[in-house]
Formats: sequence, structure tokens, C-alpha cells
Amino acid sequence: MRLAVLLGQRRNGPGRPLHWTDVAAYAYLALGVALMFGPVLWLVLSSFKTQSALLEFPPSLLPFAQVEVTVPGQPQKLPLFRTTLPDGSVRELAQVRRIGLVAQMVDPADPSKQFRVAIDKREPVRRVALATENYTEPLQRFAFLRFLFNSVFVTVVATLITLLINSMAAYALAVYAFPGKQAATLAVIGTLMIPMTIILVPVYLVITELGLANSLWAVILPGAATPTGVFLLRQYMLTLPKDLIEAARMDKASEWQIYWRIVMPLTLPALAVLAIFSIMWRWNEFLWPLAVLTKTEVYTLQIALNAFQGELQTQWHYLLAMTVVTLAPVALVFVFLQRFITTGIGSTGMK
Amino acid sequence: MRLFDPPMRRLQRMIGARRMAYVFLLPNFVFFGLFVFLPIGINVVFSVTGGTALFPSQRPYVGGEQFAHLFDCGSYLDPATCREDHFWRGVANTAKFVVFQVTAMVAFSLVTALVLNMKIRGRGFFRAVYFFPVLLSPVVVALIWKWILQRDGLLNAAITTLGGQKILFFVDPSWAMFWAVFVSVWAHMGFYTLILLAGLQAIPADLYEAAEMDATPRWRVLTHITLPLLWPNMIVVIVLALIKGAQTFDEVFVLTGGGPGTATLMIVQYIYETGFASQVQNFGLAAAASVVLGVVLFVLTLLQFAAARRKEI
Repeated sequence: MRLAVLLGQRRNGPGRPLHWTDVAAYAYLALGVALMFGPVLWLVLSSFKTQSALLEFPPSLLPFAQVEVTVPGQPQKLPLFRTTLPDGSVRELAQVRRIGLVAQMVDPADPSKQFRVAIDKREPVRRVALATENYTEPLQRFAFLRFLFNSVFVTVVATLITLLINSMAAYALAVYAFPGKQAATLAVIGTLMIPMTIILVPVYLVITELGLANSLWAVILPGAATPTGVFLLRQYMLTLPKDLIEAARMDKASEWQIYWRIVMPLTLPALAVLAIFSIMWRWNEFLWPLAVLTKTEVYTLQIALNAFQGELQTQWHYLLAMTVVTLAPVALVFVFLQRFITTGIGSTGMK
Repeated sequence: MRLFDPPMRRLQRMIGARRMAYVFLLPNFVFFGLFVFLPIGINVVFSVTGGTALFPSQRPYVGGEQFAHLFDCGSYLDPATCREDHFWRGVANTAKFVVFQVTAMVAFSLVTALVLNMKIRGRGFFRAVYFFPVLLSPVVVALIWKWILQRDGLLNAAITTLGGQKILFFVDPSWAMFWAVFVSVWAHMGFYTLILLAGLQAIPADLYEAAEMDATPRWRVLTHITLPLLWPNMIVVIVLALIKGAQTFDEVFVLTGGGPGTATLMIVQYIYETGFASQVQNFGLAAAASVVLGVVLFVLTLLQFAAARRKEI
């Protein structure tokens, strides 16, 4: 029904014929949805497949797993096959063992009946099943929780520091007139043009001299002061009524109190935007942590994931599950805040 | 934070309310100083010194030797004739990557922005759809596509179903470059689409109404009204994409590792490998290369400011 309404929508109101560009536009958008969401969906579906299902070619859409049954008299669970017997009848049999091209099968309902079947006469019985062990096993086998904790710690602490020091600087630049204000503003603009990429080596030196190499603080501190953040907050604070601050000064509030109790609460919308961006930046950061973190126990998720993809070429089942965990928080942010984010970025032009 | 109240009040009594501005600025500028201004200075020192020591005072002065080493080439057009052939491969690859990427980025984000600007049901949803990959981390983006493009992956399954042969995308150099560009456009195009969309929505509606009164054909409206008025935003998109493209590292690095061979090795990967990942870390050479990259980015940034200024007028 919805689709009919959607497709029936005319560009120039009811009554006019559907222009070919409208049709093309909807086709383009449909393709866009498939191309933008499809790969992520495929990743999530794949992450629930068993290791053997992942090796299948061509791959199946849904995560299937072969059904296994317990047969009396057999120590292990046996895989179930749909078997074509020599007389032409088809039965579901469990496979006891396979010798060369012949499989020894047994009827699960009547274990006394044994069959010898050529292996091309049987087909695995499969059902949709989620291989959740892809998610649970990395918790034990690798220090996955550790990486998750590191990423969360870096993201949370860095964002708090960013919000605090950037809002303080923004407050100074928005509210006061003082000698050197021009120079300070210029310095902030200047830093806007310096990407981390070109000062990688010396920042590494500073971090080493501070004794922070291979600690999470090495990841947190260098990006904490962001010129974009200062500007965003300053622009917002400039719109606050000056009388409010004057009134507070009359009431003998200290400058810190004015900043913390009056200006900060009023700046919340801008702080929220910066917080979301900071969380995205920090959670996704790659090059700098890669350069400064060399010990496994301080790896963030992104770095761990990259390290894994080198080592675990054949272990896609773990790699995919860990990738899904890494993208989950971002996907959640997207679901809840998508409208807010697209308009926020559109108006501030930051990334 | 109430804890800060009493000491801040005392401080204010000592230096006066106006000078509190410096107190508020201080933490941020300590960070800027330590992690931006100081490093810029050290970077220059690194680039004119040699040796393997990390501390600047222990490094012998070598003048322009690092740069001479970088630029020691038989022919700049052929990386194989250079002493630092990887650097020049990085330059050539990055240039190639940027040209293809910016072209594709402008084309796709323009078409998408035009479509999203039409009166279409569920516009907000579609806008978000194209923006979604922008939020993903480069590692996740690269791994998603690596999974799809691997030998027994989804795309090869589609190709063989249609009767084709499997393609080893990351073994063939030109395919590897193609996918590096594709994945990067996939991941970032939503951001540029938003910039163009903002530009489209700033075009006055009465221009379109006038065009409709005159029964102007749609393509003429596009070429005579929409595109000329969108031009400032297009310039912003082009320059931003150039700047970001020149710094490309993470997606391509995780996707191809710079390979096959050095077919997708970018400048930033060269800097990272020379300064950090190689057995003998050569900080001087890495710093010199980053100074070269910095000069290029600086020029591009000036372009951006020029573009932004023109937009205001």
C-alpha cells in the first residue's frame, strides 16, 4: 500500500502525468538504497554463518547450518542428509562416517538399519541457524573485551575533555574583549589547516617524551583540542543574550560560575552536536592509534580489527562478527539521530 | 565541577574578571601548543636532520639532504628511476586516485543531490541513506568491501552466475585502484551530497517559478539556472575532495594494503611506513615527505579559502 502511495506521488501535484525524470529518480533512489545498505546487510547476514557456510560458493543469502541429530548408540551428533536410495526412494538419514566416495548412513528413527550410499546421492538437510558462536568465541579466544573497553574508554574520556576545554576556549573568545584575542582566533583558524597526517612523526615524539607512548592517553590527548569544536561552540555562544551575563555579574557570580551555570546549560544543543561528532571521530580513528599503539593490550577496536584481518585471513567468521560489533554503536547513533545529524552537518559543514 | 568554584573565585580576585579570559583559553592552548604548534616546529627540524635518534638535539644537521634524497630522480614521471621509488609511486598513485575520485565524487554527489532535491516522498529517509556510510569507520568500510570482493565473494558469485569468470580484484593492479576509488566514493559521497543539497536549497524558488511560467524545458532549467547557481558549492566540493583525497590512507590501506605490489600505495602510507612501520624507522625522511605533503595541502587550503570567499560574494 505504502509503495503504491509512494509511486503514485506526482511531482507537480495530482492530475499531471508522471514525467520520465520522476521514474528515473525513483529508480536511482532504489538503487541507492540497495548499494548503500546492501553491503552492510550482507556483512551482518554473513557474520551469522558458520565457518563452513562462509566457504560455500556461490554463497547463500541467509545463514544456513546443517541439521545435526542425536542417534542412539552414537557418541556424537551426526549430520543429517536427504538421501536418494538405490530403489529411488528419498529418506532423511544421518551420516556415521564417510569412506572415500561412499558414506555410511543410519536411519535416526531406527539405528539398526545401516545404509551405504554414494556421496553424490545425498544432500545436506539445512535450516536457517544463527552461528552466534562467531560472537561469543572471540570473547574468550582473543582479548576482544579488552579492545572494546579501550575503544569505549578513549571515546568517552576524549569526548569529555574535548567538550570541557573547547567550551572554555569558546567562552573566552565569545564573551571577553582582551588583548591578543585576534591572535588567539587566528591561531585556532591556523590549526584548522593542519591535518594530523603531516605532523605524525613529531606528535609521536611529544607523546614519547611525555612518557605516554603505548598508553590510551597517547590516543586521547593529541586530538582533544579541535578548532572545529571551538568555532562551533563560539558561534553558538555569540547568539546568547549579553544581558544574562551582565545580570549574573551584578549578582556577584564569579566568571567560572557564569560559564558553568549559565552559559554551558544554554549551549547544550551545540555541545550535543560536538559530542556526537567527537564520538564518531574517536570511535573511528585509525592512523594515529596505528602509529602510536604497538602493544596488543592497548589496541582499540579499529586497530585490533586491522591486525586480525592480516592474521586471520581464513577466519572470516570471527572477523565479520567483530566488524559488526565495531559498527553497531555507529548504526545505533544513525538510527536515533539521523535527521539531526544530516541537518547538523549540512548547516555547519563539518565532518 | 563545583570543586572549581572556590579556586577560580580566588584567582579572579587576584587577576581581575577580564583577565579570566586567559584562564579559560589556557587549557585549549596548552593542547594546541603541545600537539600542533610544537610538532610543526619539530617536523621542520626533523626534515633537515639525519640519524636514527628521536630526540631533535641528538640528531645531526644535514641541511636539505633528506629532500635531495626524496627528489633524486632520473625522471619524475617514472618512479622506478627514483632513489625513493616508493615515495614517487605514492605520489603517482595518490595523483591518479585523486583525479578519479574527485571526478566520480562530483558526478555522483551532484546527481544524488539533484534527485534528493526533487519533491519526492521520503526525502529525509533517502538523504539519510546516502549519508549512512559517512558514519562508518574506514576499517569497517574496507572490511565490508573486502568481504564482498574476495575471491569467493558476493560479486564473483554474481559474475559466475551470469556466466563470467571469477576476477581476482586485488591481484589485478587496475582493478585494485578501481575499487580503492569506488569504496572511497561509496564511503564519503553522502557528505558532499549534503553540501550540494544545501546549495540547491539556497537557490531562490521564484527563479523556478518564472521558468515554469515560460514553459522552459527541464534540461534548460538545469543548465541555465541550477548548475550556474550551484557552481560555488561545486568548487567547495571539488577542493574539499582534493584535500581529503591527498590525505587518503586508512580505507585503501586496509582494503589493499597498498598492493598488489605498490599499485595502491599512497603518500600517507609511505610516511607511515617510513616513520613507524619499517624495521629502521627513518623519522627524517618521513618528516621531509610530510613537509612536501604539507606544502601541497597548504596550497589546496588556500584554494579552499579563495573558493569560500567567492561564495560569500
